[in-house]
Amino acid sequence: MTKVVVAMSGGVDSSVAVALLQQQGYEVVGMMLRLWSESGKEDSNRCCTPDAMALARRVAAKLDIPFYVVDAKDEFRKTVVEYFLEGYARGETPNPCLVCNRQIRWEFLLNRALALGADFMATGHYVRKRDIGDKHRLLRAVDRSKDQSYVLHVLNQEKLKRALFPVGDYAKPEIRKIAESFGLPTASRHDSQDLCFLAGDDYRNFLQRNAAEMLKPGQIVRRDGEVVGVHRGLANYTIGQRKGLGVSSPMPLYVLGKDAAANTVIVGAQDELGSRELIAYDVNWISGEAPSESFRAEVKIRYTAKEAPALVMPTDDEQVRVQFDVPQRDVTAGQAAVFYQGDVLLGGGLIR
Amino acid sequence: MDYNRTTMNPIYLDYAATTPVDPRVLDAMMPYFSDSFGNPSSIHRYGQRAEAAIESAREAVAAALSCGADEIIFTSCGSESDNLALRGAALAMREQTGANRILTSKAEHHAVSKTAEQLERYFGFEVKWLDVDEHGMVESQTVEQSIDERTALVSVMYANNEIGTVNPVREISEICHRHGILFHCDAVQAAAYLPIDAGWLDVDLLSLGGHKFYGPKGVGALYVRKGTRLIPSQTGGGQETSLRAGTQNVPYIVGFAEALRLAVKERQQRVTHVQPLRDRIIGSVLETIPQSRLTGHLKSRLPNHASFAFKNVDGNLLLTLLDAAGFACSSGSACKTGNPEPSEVMEAIGLSREWGLGSLRVTLGVHTTTEQIESFLWALPSIVEKARELLK
Repeated sequence: MTKVVVAMSGGVDSSVAVALLQQQGYEVVGMMLRLWSESGKEDSNRCCTPDAMALARRVAAKLDIPFYVVDAKDEFRKTVVEYFLEGYARGETPNPCLVCNRQIRWEFLLNRALALGADFMATGHYVRKRDIGDKHRLLRAVDRSKDQSYVLHVLNQEKLKRALFPVGDYAKPEIRKIAESFGLPTASRHDSQDLCFLAGDDYRNFLQRNAAEMLKPGQIVRRDGEVVGVHRGLANYTIGQRKGLGVSSPMPLYVLGKDAAANTVIVGAQDELGSRELIAYDVNWISGEAPSESFRAEVKIRYTAKEAPALVMPTDDEQVRVQFDVPQRDVTAGQAAVFYQGDVLLGGGLIR
Repeated sequence: MDYNRTTMNPIYLDYAATTPVDPRVLDAMMPYFSDSFGNPSSIHRYGQRAEAAIESAREAVAAALSCGADEIIFTSCGSESDNLALRGAALAMREQTGANRILTSKAEHHAVSKTAEQLERYFGFEVKWLDVDEHGMVESQTVEQSIDERTALVSVMYANNEIGTVNPVREISEICHRHGILFHCDAVQAAAYLPIDAGWLDVDLLSLGGHKFYGPKGVGALYVRKGTRLIPSQTGGGQETSLRAGTQNVPYIVGFAEALRLAVKERQQRVTHVQPLRDRIIGSVLETIPQSRLTGHLKSRLPNHASFAFKNVDGNLLLTLLDAAGFACSSGSACKTGNPEPSEVMEAIGLSREWGLGSLRVTLGVHTTTEQIESFLWALPSIVEKARELLK
């Protein structure tokens, strides 16, 4: 029998993933990651509270599959949390979920799943995998409002070969219905999108506790260098932010950028916001091959952003220049730019 | 490697965690659920029948321990017996003599160590933690040197659950009694295989748990030497000579007694069955697996108990891989929440973290076969290797 490990979270999506795969005739094993939390906050880490673990265990018992918890605390802290802190130290707005998917879920956990003798690993992500010949493609979820392909642009052919995404073909309400029909105890849990290790807290408080040294006050300046105020540390500001700058000005000022070397926040008027271009580096191409020609694509610059039409121009195998048809607001260093053609995810990289 | 075993029942090598109920024990229990279901405290004949059942169970347990029936208290489990012994004896001794120190070892089961910690934190007792040697053994001179006039109670386990080491219980009780101090012994892990004659052991309090010797879970007993005062933890009706209130769990008490009777009666053949298998495991593991060591004592150990530490192995991961390959074992760092820390016992025997996290406990029982052990020994080296690879 083909064996598949499902990365469970105690949530409805991964629980239904187990049920669906079982129905399709797979031998299913549940695994759950124990991720890092600040000391004393283990009970509110979104991904792996004792409650979530108990729920996953109940689902596993209900569906009669083996269930194992895998400790990834050290690994998570060394990779994801370090990346998060370093990103802010560089004046960027990092997206730790990307690193978690690349290093923890689809590397650390996948290796453990394969060691258990699994042929595949599945998650409850809303995304679809389609094969053409021996090539694997990643497609957006049927339920566009739940599509999570953005964070999975980091996968390569080798990992996709092992990946299954059984919920990507369904709309979220259908998934809840399936959960109910199986009597799964997770059927009524709510979605959440906060970073798991912030444990419901604001990221600024987290930085204050874990990297207070990076919250050095500095100057707020205009593009021409005119000093207009004082900031409370770069990490407290995001591109496009208007409120809370503490600067008095006849017209509203927005955060245009951050200069980590000079420790300054750069502000300007609304019409100065937006960029026509961006450079993305560390680009991963799902196909494994960088395109040689420029191509038209829809580009998504944040998990929650709407895709925007653009021309994507590869400058080398791992770097592209993206030229939008219309200037985009809030192009933020550290977030990913992900390229789609229709439903197909072609690849993506980090915004410089 | 044969991973298809998961579709069958995995091979059970965790008899120290619990054992299956012996069918003969189950037969003895069955009449007391729905037929002779009375409350032993009732006046009528239903009650009388239930009372007769627990009193004959008490006599059977007394016979197994060579003690008086009035020296046996039934409880809900081994942990409750430990709790009642420690808390009850410590409070009673302090009332009688003012002594407020408890001596116990650094390798005790949590049922003892957590109770001692609570007595220290909330009840004003002082706990002195006795060192163990590198095999986890409490040496009698350590007890001798630590006892003083303020000592109320000494509690040392008969055999260690994690590493199988058997303590010199008779030497320790001799020292305690020379100083007029009470001695409690947690025999939960030992009772299945070692002599439990209360007079020979010369203990004042001895804890037992039914499910370690093919009895049901949820029932235990405490031997309380005649004349030993205890303050009850659970108050209420006058059951168990007012030392443990609550309607007795009649079928489970009957099952406990039958299981213990069989354990004593069949002890020799059970030891003869498991000991060569244990020795085969110890010899083979140390020979075939690099950077492995035996934990616990080589000679003074439970006959069904083999335990190891592997350098640079995550014990939880090892258990997961073993389970997936069809072998149910245990570890000193076992934790279902994936939060591995070396156990106190691994620290007490001086293992560094890189060794202490990688512990493995293999415990055998009446259903263990040579074929099972050979198949386990064949699979283990590559599974340990795989666990090491994943930690890199």
